[in-house]
Amino acid sequence: MIRMVKSRIVNLIRKEFQQLRRDRRLLAIALISPVLQLVLLGYAANMDVERTPTVVLDQDRSEYSRLLLSRMFSGEQFVPAGYVENDEQVGEALDEGSASVGIIIPHGFARDIRSGDHAEVQILLDGTDSTAAMVGQSYAEMIVKRFSAEIAAGGAVGAIAGGLVSPVARVWYNPALESRNFIVPGVLALLMMVMTTLLTSLAIVKEREVGTLEQLIVTPLRSFEIMLGKIIPFALIGMVDVCLVVFVVTVVFGIPVQGSVPLLFGLAGIFLLTTLGLGMLISTISHTQQQAMITAVFFVMLPMIFLSGFVFPIENMPPPIQYLTYILPLRYFFVIIRGLFLKGVGLSHLWDEAVILLVFGLVIFLVSALRFRGRLE
Amino acid sequence: MGSAARVTALVKKEFRQIARDRLSLGLLLLVPLFLLVLFGYAISLDVKHVRLGIYDGDRSTESRTYLRSFTRTEYFDLAAVLAAPAEVDREISHERIQAALIVPPGFSEDIRRGARAEVQVIVDGSNGTTAAAILGYINGITADYAERLSTGGLHGMVRLSARTAHPAGETGSGPVEARSRVWYNPELRSTLFLIPGLVVFILLITTVIATSMSVARERERGTMEQLSVSPVGPFELVVGKTIPYTVISFVITLGVLLGSRLLFGVLIKGSLLFLFGASLLYLLGGLGLGLLISTVAGSQQVAFLISVIATLLPAFILSGFVFPIRNMPQIIQAITYLLPARYYLTVLRGIMLKGVGIAVLWKEMIFLAAFAGLTLLGSMARLRRWL
Repeated sequence: MIRMVKSRIVNLIRKEFQQLRRDRRLLAIALISPVLQLVLLGYAANMDVERTPTVVLDQDRSEYSRLLLSRMFSGEQFVPAGYVENDEQVGEALDEGSASVGIIIPHGFARDIRSGDHAEVQILLDGTDSTAAMVGQSYAEMIVKRFSAEIAAGGAVGAIAGGLVSPVARVWYNPALESRNFIVPGVLALLMMVMTTLLTSLAIVKEREVGTLEQLIVTPLRSFEIMLGKIIPFALIGMVDVCLVVFVVTVVFGIPVQGSVPLLFGLAGIFLLTTLGLGMLISTISHTQQQAMITAVFFVMLPMIFLSGFVFPIENMPPPIQYLTYILPLRYFFVIIRGLFLKGVGLSHLWDEAVILLVFGLVIFLVSALRFRGRLE
Repeated sequence: MGSAARVTALVKKEFRQIARDRLSLGLLLLVPLFLLVLFGYAISLDVKHVRLGIYDGDRSTESRTYLRSFTRTEYFDLAAVLAAPAEVDREISHERIQAALIVPPGFSEDIRRGARAEVQVIVDGSNGTTAAAILGYINGITADYAERLSTGGLHGMVRLSARTAHPAGETGSGPVEARSRVWYNPELRSTLFLIPGLVVFILLITTVIATSMSVARERERGTMEQLSVSPVGPFELVVGKTIPYTVISFVITLGVLLGSRLLFGVLIKGSLLFLFGASLLYLLGGLGLGLLISTVAGSQQVAFLISVIATLLPAFILSGFVFPIRNMPQIIQAITYLLPARYYLTVLRGIMLKGVGIAVLWKEMIFLAAFAGLTLLGSMARLRRWL
């Protein structure tokens, strides 16, 4: 009996693979696009605020104004995007977006410094990108303060930089503060979620719309056998995808897995259980392929992209939405994947996330199996 | 029967088909607005209320004043007072604190001697952006403190709290002052930055989803043959399929724009007419892209795959929504020029935040029009092969 069940499932899997092979494009997309996307998006996803284009209006043209500007552009933070003649041109540069910061050193800057009056520098910031503006503002003000302390301390041009109290900073886990190390493992998790949900969400509704589901129903196959037969090929494709994207992250981006690699694959398998299950659930509750697509994109993929902590920190969200994030499997997988890639923690830190994902996966599977059986009878 | 009559008939047929799948129509109309509200409230990039741990090894007036200048701002919340510097490890790895300040013994002595006093800062760098912002704050507050020391007297405390209430403004009392002014978004609310991006993203997904399955479905169900024996040409078919969805997606656009105005206070500083014009071009581009995908894909499943892969993550990551395009490598910057989302986002931020008009944004408008034209013409060319 068990052998019969097994052989029936194997036959079904073979049939699914045959269908996949006939639709070459589907298989090609499923295997190639995650790698392409990861490379493309991984290089693009960079939130570091540096090399901010800065437009300069130096009306003073003195030793002091030049010194301040050289301090401004000596770091990675600001790069000159043009020197202009008047206020209007500074405004235009910001309007067009050719510069995000404007520095205006007014007439009499050096004179005020020498006479001991307050000399002023104007800094204009494009606040459209609030994060960049905030970081840019604090850097610009810090540079001016250091310059000011430099002058107050020595008076002489070229004296020591830095104030009386200086912070010595040490950064953990991501010492270069590259947002890429944080984002790329996130893109990996997103791609896994998108690909597997995409593949399974049309699996059953497609057969229903084309009319072949009836043929499957009149065979001696049982509902869970049909489901397993549908899921196993996609699970295999999903695992191949995982291998490919982990390879790209470690080799192309040079972000090593700090934790255990077998643990990474094991937990990725558990995560796939939840996304494949969600796709299956969508497929059993939808009537048309278009409904399945709308449900998958709007109710599964978008909330996972926006609310799981991919780039938008969960602690910033209002409490009701924070509660909502607890039902998103990706939320837990992000903790896992960042723990393994960046922090190098082990199962002792991640077991609660792993258990929650496993429970999610099993519940989702059970629900979609029940729905499916209800549909068949 | 003239061409106009045939188009009208097709539009009617398409509307009837849309109306039959009430659920899809309802979802298409309501979900974008729902998502705007949900995500609009949820997403924020503001770094505030950072959980700070402090260790004061000096226990002097100076060290207390210095540390207090952090916790009295809204950027830092005192999360832990550490008994020893070694506790930092545990607190950070359990994410109870995001940053730690360690004031070593001898801090006040160094200051009084006029030597350079050092404090240690430890930041959880997992999220590089947040960490950079935290470091920026710490540097700023420390520079502020150092400057007050060097210019004599610590009576500047009041001014510090005023500074945090109004991030833009006057700082410092040394020989040189920075007077910074933030344009377009003076309160530096990340919502104003993110909402236009969210609108761009949601509209693209909605329009592509709306049409990407339409032709593939006709082929899968066999109704394409019926169309091909009728006198309908590819031009009429594309127009007939585009008009109903343009109407629907324009209604969605109005809802989404109204929502961002009423719920998130994103004012439209520029011309409303220009905004509608740009939106219409963008919608046509999205619908055209959906149609093109639908004509290229053999089945609805492949259409679904291509449209999600081509729009979902690229529109999120490559459009400038959260990741600045100027940070990207040159090759990828070149690829972003192919995305209508990039241009529409520039237009939306320009109109909504900066209040600029067609004088600045004409290049973006030309591209949006070209994209819409090319995708619609491309799908006509592909359809000619089927008809």
